[in-house]
Amino acid sequence: MPLGLRVAQSLSEAAGILAADPRARLLSGGTLVMRDVNEGRLTEGTLLRITDPAFRQMQVSGNRIELGAGVTMAAVLANRELGFLHAPARAVGGPAIRNMATIGGNLFAETPYGDFTVALLALDAQVMVLAGYGSARAVPLEEFLAGRARGEARLVAGVQFNRPQNPADFRFVKVSRVKPKGLSVLSIAAHLPGSASRIGPARVAYGAMAPMPIRARGVERALEGKALDAAGIAAARAVALEGVSPATDAIATDWYRREVLPVHLARLLGERG
Amino acid sequence: MAKVPMQFRLNGSDRAAFADPADNLLTVLRRGLNEFGPKYGCGQGTCGTCSVLIDGELHLACLTLAAACEGASIETVSGMADGPNLHPLQNAFMEHFAAQCGFCTPGMLIAAKALLDRNPNPSREEVIDAIAGNICRCTGYEPIIQAILSAARVSPAQRRS
Ligand SMILES: Cc1cc2nc3c(=O)[nH]c(=O)nc-3n(C[C@H](O)[C@H](O)[C@H](O)COP(=O)(O)OP(=O)(O)OC[C@H]3O[C@@H](n4cnc5c(N)ncnc54)[C@H](O)[C@@H]3O)c2cc1C
Ligand code: FES
Ligand code: FES
Repeated sequence: MPLGLRVAQSLSEAAGILAADPRARLLSGGTLVMRDVNEGRLTEGTLLRITDPAFRQMQVSGNRIELGAGVTMAAVLANRELGFLHAPARAVGGPAIRNMATIGGNLFAETPYGDFTVALLALDAQVMVLAGYGSARAVPLEEFLAGRARGEARLVAGVQFNRPQNPADFRFVKVSRVKPKGLSVLSIAAHLPGSASRIGPARVAYGAMAPMPIRARGVERALEGKALDAAGIAAARAVALEGVSPATDAIATDWYRREVLPVHLARLLGERG
Repeated sequence: MAKVPMQFRLNGSDRAAFADPADNLLTVLRRGLNEFGPKYGCGQGTCGTCSVLIDGELHLACLTLAAACEGASIETVSGMADGPNLHPLQNAFMEHFAAQCGFCTPGMLIAAKALLDRNPNPSREEVIDAIAGNICRCTGYEPIIQAILSAARVSPAQRRS
């Protein structure tokens, strides 16, 4: 039986289909799903498309930002209110990929993909999850990623997070060897509220330093309440590798990733504007 | 599996096709409609030679579900020339030797068109970024970048979109 196709008019209909049919696979931007189809990794079951406009909606005017899971990287880049997210959105693929790739799909992308998710992790994002018919439940992104690792299949309706008080509080860097577009050696996102003389509750996240994007808790602890000066940065750098377990892949060895992570972390922290 | 009937505009003409439910747009264009402008390079989104414009936006046809293009307007490299008159980008590619084997050219031209349609006066960096998803194994990119910059210098009145 070859692959079939279903179209859901609403998010709850889509959640119902996914809950009832374990072989249904949601197609959002399709950049990863269609690859699986083209390469013969996905040959059976049903592709599911969502036409609900809510899937692509953005709520960006207030302090609480809500982005539908079907919002593309290009839509983020076209929105001035989301300027602090332009660096991670631009980090995903080339221009055609960014016109297609969605936030929801990025939450499921295997490492070294998932650059945008790293940014969301540093923003303490909540993932709006629909586990069947009914209303969406907010799950912290970290918990969501742990569930993903266990293979839980759920529909993501969107993500929510607070806007950083000052756009300069949020930084992102993707390190890749091919310019201007390449896969991640690693990526780092940092949300550093407060002032340069006293950092508030810091959030730092890494991509490609573990099987999933992870929080750098050691670095967060080292920074909180400290000044972002040479001593503060050195203290953060000293614990940069806490909790990492990078892979060796076609892009870099695990050794290389460990070697360069502290360097890039220190540079990112040092660039306070 | 039942075929999905679909209709869309292709380079300004109404076209109809039957697609398998999971067919990608490139398959429908090439196999279903004999539209051989976009090429099949990798089928993975990596090479860019299948690039097309869907409602004016740059997309990769190999990663686009054909059935999702119902009612859309699709432009390929084949629609760029106006009869015997080449698009300024096509002329510039010839003048700057921006095509050698030519396999990347359909994607390069469409990616460049997507850029100039939106930004008629791009910087060198913007040109490089616009073709970042397109691989060329022959030219070393410099002639392509020069061609796009020179086409952008052609006055907008001379350029048809
Ligand atoms: C050439 C190329 C370059 C790339 N470069 C990068 C890069 O630099 N950085 C990067 O991070 N990624 C990159 N990617 C990977 C990918 O394009 C992105 O991660 C993208 O964000 C995936 O989103 P999508 O909408 O295309 O996902 P899809 O292919 O539609 O879906 C991916 C997976 O997520 C599931 N899914 C999608 N949305 C939902 C949802 N709302 N709820 C539940 N499940 C869902 C799907 O069922 C599927 O299993 C690249 C891909 C290609 C082909
Ligand atoms: S064939 Fe589509 S990107 Fe290579
Ligand atoms: S001209 Fe041969 S790949 Fe570009």
